[in-house]
Formats: sequence, structure tokens, C-alpha cells
Amino acid sequence: MRLVSALTACVAAASFIAIAQPASAEGKVLHPHGPHEGWEFEGPFGTFDQNALQRGYKVYREVCASCHGMKLLSFRNLGQKGAPFFDEAYPDENSNPKVKQIASEYMVAAFDEETGDPIQVAATTVTAFPSPYANEAAARGSNGGALPPDLSVITKARHGGASYIYSLLTGYVSPPAGLTVSPGLYYNPFFPGDTKPQWAGDPREAPAGGFLAMAPPLREGLVVFDDGTASTVEQMSADVATFLAWAGEPKAETRRMMGFSVIGYLLIMAGLTYASYRRIWRNIQH
Amino acid sequence: MSGQSTYEPKTGFTKWLDARMPIVRLAHDSFVDFPTPKNLNYWYTFGGILAVCLVIQIVTGVVLAMHYVASTDAAFASVERIMRDVEYGWLIRYIHSNGASMFFLAVYLHMFRGLYYGSYKEPRELLWILGMVIYFLMMATAFMGYVLPWGQMSYHGASVITNLLGAIPLVGEGIKTYLQGGPAIGDATLNRFFSLHYLLPFVIAGVVILHIWALHVTGNNNPTGVSVKNVKADTVPFTPYYTVKDGFAIILFLIMFAVFVFYFPNVLGHADNYIEANPLQTPTHIVPEWYLLPFYAILRAVTFDIGPIEAKLLGVIAMFGSILVLFALPWLDTSKVRSMRYRPLAQQCFLGFVIACVVLGFAGANNPDDLVFKFGADKLAMSYTDANGGAAVRTFTEFAEANSFLATLPSSAAGALEVSASGFKWLWVAQIAGAYYFAFFFILLPLLGVIEKPKARPASIADSVHGKKKTTAAAVAATSPGPQTTGSLKPAE
Amino acid sequence: MLYMSGARSLAPWENPVSEHASAGHADDTAQGHGAPEGETRRDFIHIAAVAVTAGGAAAVAWPFIQQLGPAADTRAASSKDVDITKVPLGGEIRVLIGGMPFFIRHRTEEEIQAAQNVDVSRLRDPQTDDDRLVPKLDGTLNRAILVTSGSCTHLGCVPLGPSQGSVGEFGGWYCPCHGSYYDTSGRIRKGPAPLNLPVPEYEYLSDTVIKISL
Repeated sequence: MRLVSALTACVAAASFIAIAQPASAEGKVLHPHGPHEGWEFEGPFGTFDQNALQRGYKVYREVCASCHGMKLLSFRNLGQKGAPFFDEAYPDENSNPKVKQIASEYMVAAFDEETGDPIQVAATTVTAFPSPYANEAAARGSNGGALPPDLSVITKARHGGASYIYSLLTGYVSPPAGLTVSPGLYYNPFFPGDTKPQWAGDPREAPAGGFLAMAPPLREGLVVFDDGTASTVEQMSADVATFLAWAGEPKAETRRMMGFSVIGYLLIMAGLTYASYRRIWRNIQH
Repeated sequence: MSGQSTYEPKTGFTKWLDARMPIVRLAHDSFVDFPTPKNLNYWYTFGGILAVCLVIQIVTGVVLAMHYVASTDAAFASVERIMRDVEYGWLIRYIHSNGASMFFLAVYLHMFRGLYYGSYKEPRELLWILGMVIYFLMMATAFMGYVLPWGQMSYHGASVITNLLGAIPLVGEGIKTYLQGGPAIGDATLNRFFSLHYLLPFVIAGVVILHIWALHVTGNNNPTGVSVKNVKADTVPFTPYYTVKDGFAIILFLIMFAVFVFYFPNVLGHADNYIEANPLQTPTHIVPEWYLLPFYAILRAVTFDIGPIEAKLLGVIAMFGSILVLFALPWLDTSKVRSMRYRPLAQQCFLGFVIACVVLGFAGANNPDDLVFKFGADKLAMSYTDANGGAAVRTFTEFAEANSFLATLPSSAAGALEVSASGFKWLWVAQIAGAYYFAFFFILLPLLGVIEKPKARPASIADSVHGKKKTTAAAVAATSPGPQTTGSLKPAE
Repeated sequence: MLYMSGARSLAPWENPVSEHASAGHADDTAQGHGAPEGETRRDFIHIAAVAVTAGGAAAVAWPFIQQLGPAADTRAASSKDVDITKVPLGGEIRVLIGGMPFFIRHRTEEEIQAAQNVDVSRLRDPQTDDDRLVPKLDGTLNRAILVTSGSCTHLGCVPLGPSQGSVGEFGGWYCPCHGSYYDTSGRIRKGPAPLNLPVPEYEYLSDTVIKISL
């Protein structure tokens, strides 16, 4: 059938463009993977587990935030629909008491309206997450020249998304014998890079991965979860990756839900139009 | 447009309007009563699909421009604000960004269809050329649009493309500077790209009107390539027959579109473009969007000089040549037969051309020096300075051998060990596919018209559809001249 | 010209039997219900297809209209806390909330008296001064502090006031655009403006801080 062949071509072309994405031109790197049980928020009906989001926020707040900013998010985002602290009683996220309280824990730079002197005031729900450093130079200066990336869209800015975050955080291993790690750097088989220059053995067998300036940030029991969940490194990594996946695209849940009805409606339209088409053409040889 | 109009205004107002500005008549003759060959297949629905794509891009683009901020400081954040804070902004932006890919997908299928059925041949040369103008404008628009989110790929892609134009002798540097508006990509570049990105779609819309005008003068081609002989027997009015057929195809296309927008919105983009542009650091693997990959592959496939022309310039010439050659297509194809349905050799060559384009796409996505497949196991190459002070390389299979050799070298030899893999490079793939691309236009199409013996064609469109009833008879008729065909070679109508 | 248009005398879709109907489509010949019923069903399919498509198109308009509304960050930035101890006696401060101007005036005893002693029934927009105040947390009125919108109710100019040293003949504000005069309670007294300067939604968070919302 011509229709079938045209459709096949469409799908083939679409799948071609989907797979014709670049491979990494760098050294070997381990393929990122999610936790054993997979991600609850992936797939066409994926949703975020609010408890996981809250735990993930706590990991971000207590561990990541000391070096990594999240400048595209404001505190109010934490209280919107689908967010870690959304509460049905407060449809307006700006009146959500939990969000207000979180915001008020932060002090942000302002100026005195009378004197113009710089002062520190408590953040409000409207305030964007403050950056841990005053500027890029300060950030580099505090981290041995490396710039801790902003985490607002990190899961969209890295191949592998949340799985990459999870793999990186759980993937720290002591460097194999023969691999020299420069001071201030840490080996991670999931971090894209090239280990050959630091590898004493056969370069063909150089270990996968690369070196990064971030020390292993998590250790067992570092964050005490309010819901009593045991804070293993895997648990904290999975939760913070979930939180960052939400932060990267807070509207993802809405998007998937809407997609279901839009595509359903289009299928009905297609069926009716096809019936109409068959009727109109039924007496025409073509 | 052509022929006499069949429009008869009925009400007082339409009569009044028709005497002053016959716009309803124009629409009626163009899209309602327009006689269209009755044998058009689904490949002919991409024209309508493309019109929908253009409208979608313009409508969503105008909306995005209401929220976007064209400044190097604010562009990235403003796009994210659209994604997060503007009502339905995420939807509109994803439709727009995926819409560009859908637009190109449809335009490529539309072009392949035109190529296969000979829709560029007399009397439709101008129709084809107008289509190429649209395609060229689409590429310019898409390129400038991709710069606007101000991600890493935006910035460094724009940098590569503008530097590319710098390779043109004499005027290149000037063009580059005037395009960038400064020594590098910056605020000036971003603002002018935004301005042009907003302007060009309306230019495209203007050329689309010319394209449709030209189409309605010559009438549609059709899968047989045989011209309409008898309007009553060969054609049906555009409405309702093709409005409903195109409508159905458009809905199917929109379903695929929606799957991308709602479930895979970023799969066609690059993760690097979610990192804000950093002029101090180029992404390790810089590639354009998928729809420009074949041309990017041709650009990089030229690694050799020819006479006084250096490889860099030659690559630029080849890349632009691969687009410009499409403009000359009506005169490169010497065959008198329009549709490749009746050209067995051309069919094979066309299939090869489609494969070459797809392969070029893959080659463009991969690093030219990466290997498609390896010959044998990886070896070790030791490069060092020999006793005479010259550069030398020795290859080893065993690491121990390489090490013991290194021990024999003086420290001044600066021995360095690297992995050396031999295999088939993507570069060679691009060169072979690129060579076929040009050969198709410059050798195969001119030659085939002379040497090929086409199959018998139906005498008319009506005959071709009547023959369908008896499939076995049609198959026989296709190979041996039957009562409804008139010889094996006849001039294009 | 390739086409001689107008040759079509009969549109097959307009008539169940066309010139090519002899090809024998089973679904037509096997119906056995007669033409009228076939017509009805055919029409229904077309009407349904067009209706569903039109419905879809209308639904598509929704996000494109909604996006014109204020974005979430704009909506969120629609209130402001103001420290009223910073307002000088006899003067005012002006704040912008979401781009809208507001006046916070610290009235002197004379100004309060002038505002209180007006015969409300003779005003164009009758309102007592106390109606235009919001009680503090303890329920009492702080008559010294008056909060009003900063847009003239005539055509939206921003009236002059004590901060420009021009309060007009009623001691409140004077709009230079078309000559509207407001008194020390922000009520319209003379000129083209139809209404008093509106009192925005605001509340006392403490004795010294008010929160003004749009």
C-alpha cells in the first residue's frame, strides 16, 4: 500500500534523525545507568514521587548547594504543581508556608533604600536560588580552578540525564593501579575524559572515564532524611538525580499528560478523516 | 490562474467583491475547483504538510518572540523562562524547536518525491527552482534560529559557519565581519540573527505563494509523469478530493510531530545546547542540526587541495555546490521521460542517491577520523626523534616490546606512545558518498537520458488508473507494449 | 495553458453514481438501503470529520491566548513589603509593584484633620477617610499612613505630590496631565478624574511593615 510505504518512510526518516546523534569523540567512558529499579519519572506516564523529590531537595540543599548554584529556579518553583513541596491547600505557590520558610532560610544581597548601603535580607518566594559564589572567578578560586556547573538544567545538559548524575555520584572508585591522579582531581569512570596521558600501562587498556575536581560528595548517612529513609549513597544519589530531573523541566509531567490527550484526539481525527476520505473517493479510480 | 474561471459569485456581496478584488475567485480557482490529476499518491501530500509546517513555525515563532530577549546576557535565561514561567511556553517552544526538524523532514521527502517523479522537468523548471529558493531560505532561517537560545552549540555552530564564509577569497573576511558585526559572535550577531530569523519566514511565505502560482500554471505532475490530456477523465477538482486526502496525511504527520513534542522533545537537539554559551570553551564534538549534516559531511570530506585551491575553500565550494547543483537539475537531467517509474536504471541510481544522502548524514554526525569499523586489533605507535633528529614512528603489537624499545631510546628522543587503530574512516565514507552525490547530478542523470531504454508508459492518467483493476495485466503491459501504450520511447508531453 | 477548466459537469462525490461507478464497489452496491440513507451516513462522516477538526483547531488557540497572560514570575512578583517608618512626616514614598506605582504617605495632623472634616455627601466619589484605611493587626487605624494607587483615575498619569513639592489646591495630589486635584485622603475633588485614587489591597504585617499586593 502506498500509504504504508509513505508512513514507513516517515517513521524511518524520523528514527534516522533520532539515532544520527554524535557519539563522544573522547576516550572511553562507562555508559550511565539509573538505579536498579529504574526511574519512576521516565516513560509516557512517568510521574515524580514527591517524597523522593523532597529527599532530593534536602541532598541538594545540604550537599550540592555549597558549590553548585541553580540560578534558573526560584524558591516559589518548589511549591508549584508537581514540585517537591506542592500542597493542595496552597494552589498559589507563593503562599505555601513550607516554601516561604525555605526561602527565609536564605539571605540574599540587597541595598538599604535610604542609604544605599549593601545589606543582607531574607529571601522570599520570588527570589531565585542564590549562587554560592559571588562570581565565576570566586567559584573557580574556591575550587582549584574548576567551575562547579549550575545545576538548573544539568539533566538536560548531559548525555544520560538523571542516570548520568546517579552514575557519577555512585561511580567513584579508587583509581586502578597504574593510573596517576593529579592532586585536587578525582577519578570517575563515568566522567567523560581521557585517562591515557595518566596511565602507565598499555594505552589500549587505559581505564574508562576521566578526572574531575569534585571530590566524592556523598557518604553513607550524610543527609538525615525526614521520612526515615536510610541514607545510603545510592539512595541519596537517586533522590538528588530525581530532584534535578524535576528542576531541569518542572513542566515535564504536564507535558506527558497533555501528550496523551492530544495524540488521542489526533487519532480520532485521523480515523474520521480517513472515513471521510474513503467516502469521497469511493467512486473514483485512482 | 490558468484557463477560464468557473467561479460564479452568488450573493450580492460576493458579486460586489468580485468586481473589485476577485480574491474569492482566486481562492476558488486555486484550491477548490483546481483540476488535479486523480492518481496522486501519498508522496504528493507533503506540499500541504509543508504549508502547515510553515504556518506552525510562524505562529509559534511570533509568540516566542514576545517573550524572548535577544541579548547575550539574557537570551539563555529568557528561553528557560519561556519553558518554566510563561503559560504553555514549554509547549510553544517545543513545537517550534521540533517543528524545524519536522519542516525539514517534510521538505526532504517532498524534494525526493519531485526528484523521483521528474517534477522539475519542462514545463516545471521554475516551479522547482522556486522550491530550491524556499529550501535555501529555510536553511538560513533554521541556522539563525538555532543561534538564538545561546547555548554552547548555538554559539560555536554560528562561529564555525561564519568562519566558513571567511574562506571565500577576497570578500570572505568582509562577509564574515559584516555578518558577525564584530571580531567574534556577540550581541551584535545575536540581534541581527534574531531580526533576520523573524524576517526570513515571511520571505519564505512570499516565495511559497510564487511556488503555488507556478504550480497552478503548469498543473501538478503525477506519478506517471504523463501530462493531463483530458481534464474530465484525468483529473478531479482539488476540493474535496485532495483537501480530504491532504488533510488526512497532515493529521498523520501531526501525530508523529506530537510524539516528538510531548515524549521526545530534546532527542533531535544536542545536550550541549542546554549549557549556556561560553566563548572560552568549544564543545568536544561540534555538529550542526541533523538536517544540515549531509552538507556538513561534504564540507569536511574535502581534505585535499586541487591546484591552487586549498582544501578549506574547496570544502566550502563543494558544500555550496551541493546545494546549487539542485538549481541546475532541470538541465542536467537529459531524459525525455519524466517519471522514474518508467526508468529502471534511473530508479537504481535514485535509490543510491537517497542512500548516499542518508550515509552523508551519518558521516556528518561522526568525527571524520573515527572508524566505521576496524581492521584487526589496535596497535601501538611509538613516535620519537631518531638519531638524525628526524621524526620517526614504530608500530608494535605488544606493550612489552614497545616498553623495551622505549628503554633503548635516549631521553632526548622523547618517545611517545599512542594507540593506533587502522580501519575504515568516516572521512572515507563521506568522500565516497559525496562523490556519488555529485556523480548522480553531473554524470548519471545526463548520461542515463541518452543510454537508458525506458519502460512503456500509459497513454494517459486515466489509462494508468484503469489498468490497476487487472494487476497481472498491468504487470505485463509494463514490460511489453500493450494496446494502451504507445511505444517505448516518446517525448515528454 | 494545459487545462481547459470547466469541463467537469458532474462531481462524482455529489452523486452516488459517477461515470466510474461501474468499477463495482461492493460497499455501494451491497447496501440495499436506498440512496437517502447512504446520503445521511455519508454526510454524517464528513460533518463529524470537519467538526472534530474544527474543535481541535479551536483547542489549539487556547495555549496561544493563555501565553499572552502574565507569566508565573510576573504573577509572583505582585506584592511588596514596605517599611512605613521610612516615610518622612508630611511626605510620601513611591513604590513600583509589577510596574504599577503606589503612594505611601505619612500625613501630618493637619492633613488628617483636613481629610476627616470633609462633607462626604458632596464628594464626586463619596468615601470617608476611615473607609480608605486598613486596620493594623490590633484592629485600630493608623490614620497617619495613607496608601493609594499612583495612577490618576482619569487616564493613568502619575499625579504630582509632596515628593515633587506640588500638592495642588486640596493638599493631596495634583495630576498635571488634565488637571485633576486630589485631597489628603486621595479623593478626587476637582478636574476630570471620575474616581478617588484606589486603595490597593494591603495589610499590616507588623506596626511598621505593610504588604501591598496588586
